Amino acid sequence: MSETPLIGDFSPAPDRGLSGARVGVVTFPGTLDDRDASRAVRLAGGTAVSLWHGDHDLQGVDAVIIPGGFSYGDYLRAGAISRFAPLMDQVVDAAKGGLPVLGICNGFQVLTEAHLLPGSMIKNNHLHFICRDQRLRVENAETAWTSEYAAGEEIVVPLKNQDGQYVADEKTLDELEGEGRVAFRYVGTNPNGSRRDIAGITNAAGNVVGLMPHPEHATEAGFGPDFSAAGPVDLRGGTDGLGVFISVLKKIVAGAK
Amino acid sequence: MTETNRTSDVPVETHLATAEELRNEHVQSFGGAADAVEHVEGRKFNIDTVEHAAQTPDTDLPWTELGLKEDEYQRVVEILGRRPTAAELAMYSVMWSEHCSYKSSKVHLRQFGDKVTEKMKEHLLVGIGENAGVVDIGDGWAVTFKVESHNHPSFVEPYQGAATGVGGIVRDIISMGARPVAVMDPLRFGAIDHPDTARLVHGIVSGIGGYGNSLGLPNIGGEVVFDSVYQGNPLVNALAVGVMRHEDIRLANASGVGNKVVLFGARTGGDGIGGASVLASESFDDAKPSKRPAVQVGDPFAEKVLIECCLELFKASVVEGIQDLGAAGISCATSELASNGDGGMHIELTSVLLRDPTLTPGEILMSESQERMMAVVTPENVEAFEAIMAKWDVEYSWLGEVTDTGRLIIEWDGEKIVDVDPRTVAHEGPVYERPFHRPEWLDKVQGDAFTGSAADAGRPSSPEELKAAVLELMSSPNMCSKDWVTNQYDRYVQGNTAMAMPDDAGVVRVDEETGLGVAISTDANGRYAYLDPYEGARLALAESYRNVATTGAVPMAVTDCLNFGSPEDPEVMWQFAEAVRGLSDACMELGVPVTGGNVSLYNQTGGVAIHPTPVVGVLGRFDDVSRRTPSGWREDGQAIYLMGVTKDELDGSEWANLRGHLGGQPPQLDLAAEKLLGELLVNASRDGMIDAAHDLSEGGLAAALADMALRFGVGARIGLGELCERDGVDLFTALFSESQARAVVSVARSEEVRFKDMCSARGFAHMRIGVVDTEIGALDFQSQFSLPLAELKEAHEATLPKHFA
Repeated sequence: MSETPLIGDFSPAPDRGLSGARVGVVTFPGTLDDRDASRAVRLAGGTAVSLWHGDHDLQGVDAVIIPGGFSYGDYLRAGAISRFAPLMDQVVDAAKGGLPVLGICNGFQVLTEAHLLPGSMIKNNHLHFICRDQRLRVENAETAWTSEYAAGEEIVVPLKNQDGQYVADEKTLDELEGEGRVAFRYVGTNPNGSRRDIAGITNAAGNVVGLMPHPEHATEAGFGPDFSAAGPVDLRGGTDGLGVFISVLKKIVAGAK
Repeated sequence: MTETNRTSDVPVETHLATAEELRNEHVQSFGGAADAVEHVEGRKFNIDTVEHAAQTPDTDLPWTELGLKEDEYQRVVEILGRRPTAAELAMYSVMWSEHCSYKSSKVHLRQFGDKVTEKMKEHLLVGIGENAGVVDIGDGWAVTFKVESHNHPSFVEPYQGAATGVGGIVRDIISMGARPVAVMDPLRFGAIDHPDTARLVHGIVSGIGGYGNSLGLPNIGGEVVFDSVYQGNPLVNALAVGVMRHEDIRLANASGVGNKVVLFGARTGGDGIGGASVLASESFDDAKPSKRPAVQVGDPFAEKVLIECCLELFKASVVEGIQDLGAAGISCATSELASNGDGGMHIELTSVLLRDPTLTPGEILMSESQERMMAVVTPENVEAFEAIMAKWDVEYSWLGEVTDTGRLIIEWDGEKIVDVDPRTVAHEGPVYERPFHRPEWLDKVQGDAFTGSAADAGRPSSPEELKAAVLELMSSPNMCSKDWVTNQYDRYVQGNTAMAMPDDAGVVRVDEETGLGVAISTDANGRYAYLDPYEGARLALAESYRNVATTGAVPMAVTDCLNFGSPEDPEVMWQFAEAVRGLSDACMELGVPVTGGNVSLYNQTGGVAIHPTPVVGVLGRFDDVSRRTPSGWREDGQAIYLMGVTKDELDGSEWANLRGHLGGQPPQLDLAAEKLLGELLVNASRDGMIDAAHDLSEGGLAAALADMALRFGVGARIGLGELCERDGVDLFTALFSESQARAVVSVARSEEVRFKDMCSARGFAHMRIGVVDTEIGALDFQSQFSLPLAELKEAHEATLPKHFA
């Protein structure tokens, strides 16, 4: 359930102009960060819509987020079962038609399993789950999910995963680099052995983006990382991830005008 | 479980090694009884019915192997008026185990219920006696929390033992009607360099992470302690906290004659049979066979689905009563639900969905397979219940119904195999007045003070020696950075974590509109409790209370996990009795009630017990979590104050530990001073006077200042001359003494007068000992030595990776 039956509601959205943009957040069995992704959409000013994996209905949303977690326990291979969920048929079709789709962590894994994005994620090279505040560089600021940033801008967002090592064959990696489809790159520390420090990628059209770190956990001051790439912040005051959500909301609103 | 609300882990073990073996025993025992053979879905057993038991009074039963003592077995025969059936024997043996019945500890634990004032109960919605206590935090919100142990399973099978420890405590929280919102894990291992320690650290840490991370529960704190006394008995305690609206509180009882009883979640398998009776309730011994089959196996995905599905059941109000299945599985769930409700229940055991179709009725009753829940549902709600199960793809089976007969009847394909008064199983187990006496060796230990001892020879005094001492302390196994462990836990998920390790307490927001939230800390010092178990338990509470207050939260309630050796040893039993007396006295004095917890006994190997380790968790309340105070300073020029008085109290300290000394008396405790310090810290936080605060505990002032500087990598200039003069101690003692009721705070220049006036008005000692310096990049002890932060950080962070990475 992506609604929050035991948690209070939110204060009004910061930018009323964006509230008409409806972003779907998919819940699979074992999804964990769905309520967080919905919160991030609301904090950015949009309207979050819960989508259930077993439905065949996107409820007319303007964009879709596949959030983090361990869908189906990740027992087989991360994302390998979720990719067959009924709702994924609609997500894949809509993505091919240009609908903005973001896969975060487990969502990124689902998108690669669904062949919306190339490559795959294997276990971290150090074999441990890792949770840390991670510095990233926005390499492509022209996707539906990164236009709020400047190309080359650095951000700090939490990273937390077990199977986060991005791998692909050399040809694919060269293509991604050549076409500017590396969306985010790890800076400073490569936390999981990902090829070419890749943290996130986009499809050629720029509407489908997947990344391992969690921008939705750097959207609310007081509950984010202790750091921001922009300079000192208060305790857990980092909100560098907000731009991901504002990017898509602005794109949706601009497209509707 | 049981009337003290203390459940689950206790080391279990035995010879109940495999399901196969147990089955063979049944066959051996009843194989000749040809009149009771059953064929059910291809399953063929010799069923020992109630009727059969009455006719064959002289049949030998394997009660010793199941962990019962002779007088306990005779008591069962007396209650039933005949020999028990194999299934009844299985139920009584597991429910009367130390782990489930608290038979050795019960007479002492009563103090937690007795030493309580009306004022202490003011915010208590559910007290001791249910799956977990529930505290009112205002605005219609309630919080439930509890700490439990999973020590023995984690030694036998570290990954699964630790994982299912998290799973078990989380199900306790769900069964109160709450959404679990955070976990914490106080851990104790053997010596850091012992060859077996890495096996346990890797297995246990990844087990906790693997399970908790997959449930989407932030891990917000805990402890990691290394001490050779825990070599053969690591302590894996797990705390969970959950949140609910007042009207959503659920209790474990089966009321309403004709209501349906349903088992849902994972299927029942052969894992964990004998978990509570054997593994949790005996000591380890090389001569016994491996206990590994008695450890449960966890499936966090199944539990995550169970959480969401239960919350939907609660929201739709389709369950009347609910109970998680932990220790003693179906035996416990049926007997407790029945005896807490209308008193009767009728169950058909062949309806239980099995993972292993060869399980015998006794094994099904005893299995501790994880991720299962039992609920009571009215006939009108059956359809709604089934729809929610279908949505979440959760398996369930209807087992029977609630009756008013006062009997728990369990049938196997229509044949009666259990016919008992459920209260005799769940609540009227044996109670022991175990003998105890003060150990004779204690006088000698208490007489061996650190100061002036051989271990104290060459006490650091020159600036160079003191600098080296601080570095040695901060890189030692117990004081070093625990990032290597805590970075394997998700602290972000759910988006409500306002503070986590390494700060003094974990803080989570409950209400996203108002910022209402809670802080929790867990603490214990086994060395203090070894020197004096009464004071040690009080000191554990004081530290936990202080930690919570240091973050700015008002302490409200307590949960405890009492880890001790064998109750059959009168000296260990004395330690236990003293610790309970001490903790209950201190709770009364501080005005915070114990709401529930767990006792883990038999933590000893080869006759050597662990240090008595009463782990105490304190929960505090914030009106608004944005008021929380972090444990590090950041603003240049802020004044650094030490609150409290420093005495020569090095006995049992981390420094003495580093010198291999354990003797003397633990630090003196003044609970009135602790309470006052707590009030001052909460007021200072609420009124915005302080920007950083850190309590002084293990490692004393040296550790506190180093932690505070390392928290955000900001240095300070410190002068301790005036302090040494005021308190009559040397610089070494000022740095390393572990005197209680102390904290370090950083105060904005504009707030200094107000802060000092507040402390003076309340008569609380305070002294300015330094100033934050963002340029210096060091912890500079003026006219003594300067410790570059880079050097300190490296020493602090290298220890765990060196041993385990």
